[in-house]
Amino acid sequence: MQKAIAVIEFFQALADPDNRFLAYAMTMGGLASIAFGIIGTFVTIKRISYLAGAISHSVFGGIGLALYLQVGMGISWFDPILGAVLAAVVSALVVGLVSIHAREREDTIIGTLWAVGMACGILFIDKTPGYFSLSSYLFGDILLISHTDLVFVICLDALIVGVVVLFFNRFFGVCFDNEFTLLRGINTTFFYLFLLVLTALTVVLLVRIVGIVLVIALLTIPPAIAGFYARRLWQMMLYSVLLCALFTWTGLGISYSFSLSSGPTIIVLCGTFYLVLLAVNKWIFQQKK
Amino acid sequence: MHQPKDLFMETDIRLNNVSFAYKKQPILENVTLTIPHREFASIVGPNGGGKTTLLKLLLGLIQPDKGDIQVLGTSPEKARERIGYMPQHAHLDMNFPATVMDVVLMGRLKKSTFWFSKKDRDQAQKAIKTVDMTGSAHIGFNELSGGQKQRVLIARALCSRPDILLLDEPTANVDHETEENLFSILQDLNREMTILVVSHDLGFVSKYVKTVICVNRQVVFHPTTLVEGTMIKDIYYGDLKMVRHDHRCSAEGHCRD
Repeated sequence: MQKAIAVIEFFQALADPDNRFLAYAMTMGGLASIAFGIIGTFVTIKRISYLAGAISHSVFGGIGLALYLQVGMGISWFDPILGAVLAAVVSALVVGLVSIHAREREDTIIGTLWAVGMACGILFIDKTPGYFSLSSYLFGDILLISHTDLVFVICLDALIVGVVVLFFNRFFGVCFDNEFTLLRGINTTFFYLFLLVLTALTVVLLVRIVGIVLVIALLTIPPAIAGFYARRLWQMMLYSVLLCALFTWTGLGISYSFSLSSGPTIIVLCGTFYLVLLAVNKWIFQQKK
Repeated sequence: MHQPKDLFMETDIRLNNVSFAYKKQPILENVTLTIPHREFASIVGPNGGGKTTLLKLLLGLIQPDKGDIQVLGTSPEKARERIGYMPQHAHLDMNFPATVMDVVLMGRLKKSTFWFSKKDRDQAQKAIKTVDMTGSAHIGFNELSGGQKQRVLIARALCSRPDILLLDEPTANVDHETEENLFSILQDLNREMTILVVSHDLGFVSKYVKTVICVNRQVVFHPTTLVEGTMIKDIYYGDLKMVRHDHRCSAEGHCRD
């Protein structure tokens, strides 16, 4: 009964013009799911979630640098989001080139970039006057979403959908069999790095919603679930988008109704769903055997 | 003097004094090799003997330290799109969401177009039919058996209508019957194109192929008529170099009729 009341209250709050932030958050969650589902699918099938993790932690370095320059040095146009985008794109290219060329040292180098990016962020913030709540960067706060963020997510969705529709077959080739695709005359290095840059931009967006620490979960869990049912790449993307929206919306509803942090609520929700599904699938599979 | 026109018509692959070393460790040394059009050859040799290196050189994925390579009258990079390549399927992700059609269509990837046309799909269907997989276009690639996957990858290599077909261990992890089927398909294809098969399974392959190319730092040619019985066992299980030392052939091979 109490739950039902909470649900009703949530929808009332959503309709309330005073609670515009909630409507923003829900819109953001839905729109962002398009980018997450598509890019998350690539990250999952190309098995580069480790790279995505390194990129997301480097983002923190960029945010720290931007705060330092903006607040500490008085360079007012250097917004944290600009720092985040720059750090993400640079680290995507570095991490991408490392993964192509370093081979046996790949893990170590990427792990180092991951930690150093994060540590730089903290050091910059140490040297920046004033107090900053780190937790909104680390664990996200979708309820702080602004109008600018909505514009940003719409642009990113348009970019990702456009690029993926145009280059679908090339991305498919690069993810499934890079060498063969190269032999067909396609510049696979370019498309691989391109994919990583798109991943970087998506990660910046994700940081707003679930934070740096939880990025990988929301990027990879919906595609992992979609992977159980999809037979083709585009189907996996579609299912991922839908699942991601479902988790974000449900998670937001729960977090609002029970006064919980939005990012962790979303992650716990989709993580639990995935693990239960995995167990059920395994159980059914064994039964058949 | 050679007649250039004839050379171009008849020779698909020409290696001249090619050497390649990895981290100062010589893999191939002074390899001279000529493969005529419509050859059906098996490249055999011990692990680490340079089979894969030879294949990568032919595809232009790596550059020789010394010597030059001509494929279809041009450099390997330029000839690439006229080569159908079948990699070992073990390195492919077995959970990848793709149908047989999706996989085969990769053979129609081109620099100049973004999407696949009706013609691409028709060619892919034709290639699927050639490898006896008709009707499987919409089945998930992951649901296939090892032998079926090999055939799909051959179809992928075929559907660009190549002049040369390069297959890397097509018989790895497949049963005897599947292997037999695979090679009878290749035998048919050999009427139109040159086929090179990398294999560690000399004994079986030699039944179908015209020439065996032994690779162990150096390259030695054998027409299949000479490779039989105990010799196969010696090559397969024994030290290849020991067996080969007394045996030197010209780059054209010998005993070709």
